[in-house]
Amino acid sequence: MINFRLEERENKSLRRQIISPFLAVFVALIISSLFILLAGVSPIDSFKELFIGSFGSRNAIAETLSRATPMILTGLAASIAFKARFWNIGAEGQLYAGALAVTFFGTGLVELPSFIMIPFLFLVGALAGGLLLLPLVLLKNYYKVDEVVTTLLTNFIVVLLVSYLLEGPWKDPMSLGWPQGASVIDQGVLPQILSRTRLHLGFIFSIFFAILIWIIISKHLIGYQIKAVGFNPSAANHSGVPVLKTIFIVALLSGGMAGMAGVTETAGLKGYLTLDLSPGFGYAGIAVAMLAALHPLGVIASGIFLASIYVGADAMSRSMNVPTYLADVIVAITVLCVLVSLIINQYKFRFLEQNK
Amino acid sequence: MILEFFEIFFTAGFWAATIRIACPLIFATLGEVICERSGVLNLGIEGIMSLGAMVGWMSVYLGADLYSGILIAALTGALFGLLHAIFTVYLGASQHVTGIGITMFASSVGFFSFKLILPSSTTPPKIIPFEKLEIPFLSEIPFLGEALFQHTPFTYLAFFSVIIIFWLLNSTPFGLSIKMAGENPMALEAQGIDVLLVRTVSVILGSSLMAIGGAYLTMSAFDAFYFGMINGRGWIAIALVIFAAWKPERALLGALLFAGLDAYQVRAQQLAGAFIPYQFFLMLPFFLSIVAMIIASKRTRYPKALLIPFRRGERH
Repeated sequence: MINFRLEERENKSLRRQIISPFLAVFVALIISSLFILLAGVSPIDSFKELFIGSFGSRNAIAETLSRATPMILTGLAASIAFKARFWNIGAEGQLYAGALAVTFFGTGLVELPSFIMIPFLFLVGALAGGLLLLPLVLLKNYYKVDEVVTTLLTNFIVVLLVSYLLEGPWKDPMSLGWPQGASVIDQGVLPQILSRTRLHLGFIFSIFFAILIWIIISKHLIGYQIKAVGFNPSAANHSGVPVLKTIFIVALLSGGMAGMAGVTETAGLKGYLTLDLSPGFGYAGIAVAMLAALHPLGVIASGIFLASIYVGADAMSRSMNVPTYLADVIVAITVLCVLVSLIINQYKFRFLEQNK
Repeated sequence: MILEFFEIFFTAGFWAATIRIACPLIFATLGEVICERSGVLNLGIEGIMSLGAMVGWMSVYLGADLYSGILIAALTGALFGLLHAIFTVYLGASQHVTGIGITMFASSVGFFSFKLILPSSTTPPKIIPFEKLEIPFLSEIPFLGEALFQHTPFTYLAFFSVIIIFWLLNSTPFGLSIKMAGENPMALEAQGIDVLLVRTVSVILGSSLMAIGGAYLTMSAFDAFYFGMINGRGWIAIALVIFAAWKPERALLGALLFAGLDAYQVRAQQLAGAFIPYQFFLMLPFFLSIVAMIIASKRTRYPKALLIPFRRGERH
């Protein structure tokens, strides 16, 4: 057995912190090529196809950016929560809660001019996502019920609620076959920002919120409080940080970001609510946040990168006969590689001599 | 009408279904109990179950016999358990993020290889799963026989493993080491026992049980593999561990109670389906898991060293 000890690094160099995610991605791609080899095709050709599929044309870039939109938002959701060590794994459910709010308010109940209607939909979506988390915060605080489990379980409850509403009271009578919700009214639809593509205003919103969250976290008192609670809740409490209030704000922000991912998909990409609105954007957000080392601005880059893997893998699987699930494999391996790089950034490996 | 809801309890089919539904939860909950007792939260459970379901099924589909299928599933689970342990035990990475990463990795590897081996299957192919093994004499007892003694060998294995794990944790030196690794790792190290090794073995053992739980679904409960067939069972098992206060015998009780409610809701759904949409019945297990954790919260006492990485020769 290799015997080693981890020793805390004294100097945590900035350069190492910036290089390490790139290195982690590189290693992840190498490990993933083993899976491509299993499919009996060339990894280099496959990655080339993947790259062309995600960045090779104007339309491909637009697809990648529109796929990145919800992933940046769920990535922000995970970043904020994980910074406070509040393990919100419920972004998937919060995304659907946001989508439900858009369907409730945006399909005719409220009619406002576009420049108010769109922010209004983002607001109700964010509130729906945030409010879904609040009872779980109370359960954690007063009953010590672990939020990891409750947020995960809530995902399933919300998806079943969506299924019920789409098959029952909210089913669009005009839709044939697959159940879907009524269409968002014209004033609420997020306009296209690149002609003849599916890229919509939601992308600009996601960038805007990443910058906003960065400003809040780095410039505002709450950012300091979030970090303090994440570092050590009881010490934070002793030094006068209102822990419960901080967690409440974290939950509202985190759930809010995930809720808005539901807004961009419902009011932007599709125009109506469907049961397959999210192919796991909530869970992918965790990977986005980890790759960005929880930095809100890093989330933009890592969101676009991981979205390109998903979009590119679709194209690659058509031409190379590699199952699209390769994208999920790459993303999962990336998460694990990032974890290793975080350890290497923080600790030195000190190998010990066997003395037994 | 109301009477019919009570009559469900008096059908042997209901009790037999309860036992069937309980089995994957029993394996998974026992697996998580072992991991957490040693101080490691294993959120890889959902993905490991999914992969176990795929691997066990696929082995049989490709020609292995059923028992080898269980073994291969268990070994696959062990491999991912080892990976989890390298990250959380040896490197001391966040157990939450590692677990989610393992779940993503294990399930995507499962889906990827399923599609790789069977690229164009619209209707999932089937295997011949475990058949009922009627226990002589006992299975002929009216009602009880049908409820308890007409199950597959895999089902009996689930109940047998409760006894094994109970014995392991409570009557063996290794079981004591597991519990000490989760309660007071310093004291364990002071006795000259390698805490990291004990935790690693526990996570490997627990993960293979999770994979076996997944394999039960494709090899005994059903005969095919579907994407998303685990459907949150792993997360429910995590809730059951808390409900069971980290004890194998209570894990059995919790799994049975839970499965009973599930079996009941399926039957009640047939009676009340006209008035209550089926989705609300399907929500029930997830709601009940949360309720179970709230009920258990008063006496919840987590293993003291859960989530805390142990570093050799370091004072905490």
